[in-house]
Amino acid sequence: MVDDSTRKTLSNIPLLQIRAGPREKDIWVQRLKEEYQALIKYVENNKQSGSDWFRLESNKEGTKWFGKCWYMHNLLKYEFDVEFDIPVTYPTTAPEIALPELDGKTAKMYRGGKICLTDHFKPLWARNVPKFGIAHAMALGLAPWLAVEVPDLIEKGIITYKDNC
Amino acid sequence: MSTAIDELQAIIAELKTELEEQKTSTRNARERIERMSAEVVDSNPYSRLMALQRMNIVKDYERIRDKAVAIVGVGGVGSVTADMLTRCGIGKLILFDYDKVELANMNRLFFTPDQAGLSKVEAAARTLSFINPDVRIETHNYNITTVENFDKFLTTISECGIQKGQPVDLVLSCVDNFEARMAINAACNENNLNWFESGVSENAVSGHIQFIRPGDTACFACAPPLVVAENIDERTLKREGVCAASLPTTMGITAGLLVQNALKYLLNFGEVSDYLGYNALNDFFPKMTLKPNTECDDRFCLQRQKEFRARPQPKEQQEDEVVSNEPVHASNDWGIELVAEDTPVEQQLTNTTNVVTGLRLAYDAPDKVTVKQAENAAAVDAGVPETSLEELMAQMKSM
Repeated sequence: MVDDSTRKTLSNIPLLQIRAGPREKDIWVQRLKEEYQALIKYVENNKQSGSDWFRLESNKEGTKWFGKCWYMHNLLKYEFDVEFDIPVTYPTTAPEIALPELDGKTAKMYRGGKICLTDHFKPLWARNVPKFGIAHAMALGLAPWLAVEVPDLIEKGIITYKDNC
Repeated sequence: MSTAIDELQAIIAELKTELEEQKTSTRNARERIERMSAEVVDSNPYSRLMALQRMNIVKDYERIRDKAVAIVGVGGVGSVTADMLTRCGIGKLILFDYDKVELANMNRLFFTPDQAGLSKVEAAARTLSFINPDVRIETHNYNITTVENFDKFLTTISECGIQKGQPVDLVLSCVDNFEARMAINAACNENNLNWFESGVSENAVSGHIQFIRPGDTACFACAPPLVVAENIDERTLKREGVCAASLPTTMGITAGLLVQNALKYLLNFGEVSDYLGYNALNDFFPKMTLKPNTECDDRFCLQRQKEFRARPQPKEQQEDEVVSNEPVHASNDWGIELVAEDTPVEQQLTNTTNVVTGLRLAYDAPDKVTVKQAENAAAVDAGVPETSLEELMAQMKSM
């Protein structure tokens, strides 16, 4: 189930309108603009609420995305590379978000560091095609995953704090 | 000193010949066979298969050599599927997978520990050509769901059949995720290719196969996936620390059901199941037929439906949507209930598809009408000032 804070976050991300995947060259550009608009709004919201937690950018076709996400634990910032492809069947199927550097470190991952989502994510996504976009996938998929897995990985000593200064 | 060197050299020479023998003996266990013989001798690898003709089960078994099958996903189900078809003497197999063999795969069949680290398609191709050198095997080591690979996948299944330029005769989906299934669905709808979807549940206690004939039966995008109801309360299902469980039994049985139906279809015998489920907990096999959704989101599915309706229908047409002796929703043993999700953006739940006992939809389909309304409403307020994609990308980057 989706908790109250996630629901609130979600309701402040603009919904998308164009149903187009990366194979539909012309309308895909329109969809991509919506994706960026939603992501920009989401990051702005996060900054305002003091919960800024990721940055993303894409190749110029908008088919490959990459960036950083971070998680605060006991006042320390743990940062990870994020990457994913937009599948040909997008937006009917959600992107499979991956954290490659954590591949093999937790059982809640599929090959290549793709995060293992809850049973609720896919039905929720399916019911909201084409309104959900990348921003929603981050909020509903990656954010709760980090919140559960990162503290656990830190506690087990599998990941340690890297001082970047 | 010199005698010692001579001795060592002799040993090396001996080992060399031994190694050579070992190599040739494993590589070519037998020569290729030009024609399948029905002769019943111990040395004929096809005698028991050709016996199917004499027993009046299959007419002209040797037609199997003119069939090409694409297998997408060479894991627990796909590898066993490939093994079975190879032993049946299929003409050509095209294997797709981007994964490597791992020791964690050893609870399933087919792969062996010494193959760990090899790509699944490469390891499978070696074993399969050793088992039956008559089968032509083609391998593709990539993820079919990405934009660049999907086109390669489309071309391969539509042009790399038995004869060059011809499509494959059947596509078998043995993948473990929704994205890849949807990609296969899109490709087969586009190319008008018949395919079987197969799957094993993440808790390893159920499996299913589904025969999809574009335009004739429901495509994979027509409705939420149909899965076997296991009567396990989700709240008691422990998922902590794991993504998926698997059993060689459930995987082997599912592969067996898949290949059995593929053979029936390819060699035209018996009755091919449209949907067959397997519940391992109570050994129940629910069976049904799903009609295509006239409001399917896949436009190629709609096109195939139109073509199908225009075609003259052969013999006894099934009028009933559900082919089963089981009552529809006679009881609710499985505790299926519609629970309203309360997120504001969600659609009202609708569940119009009748499903036989023992099966359920993986989730409820979105309400078409509300979705359409939302899309129409969206079209109206498109008058916002235009920002170019480049500007948006730059804005995002500078945040």
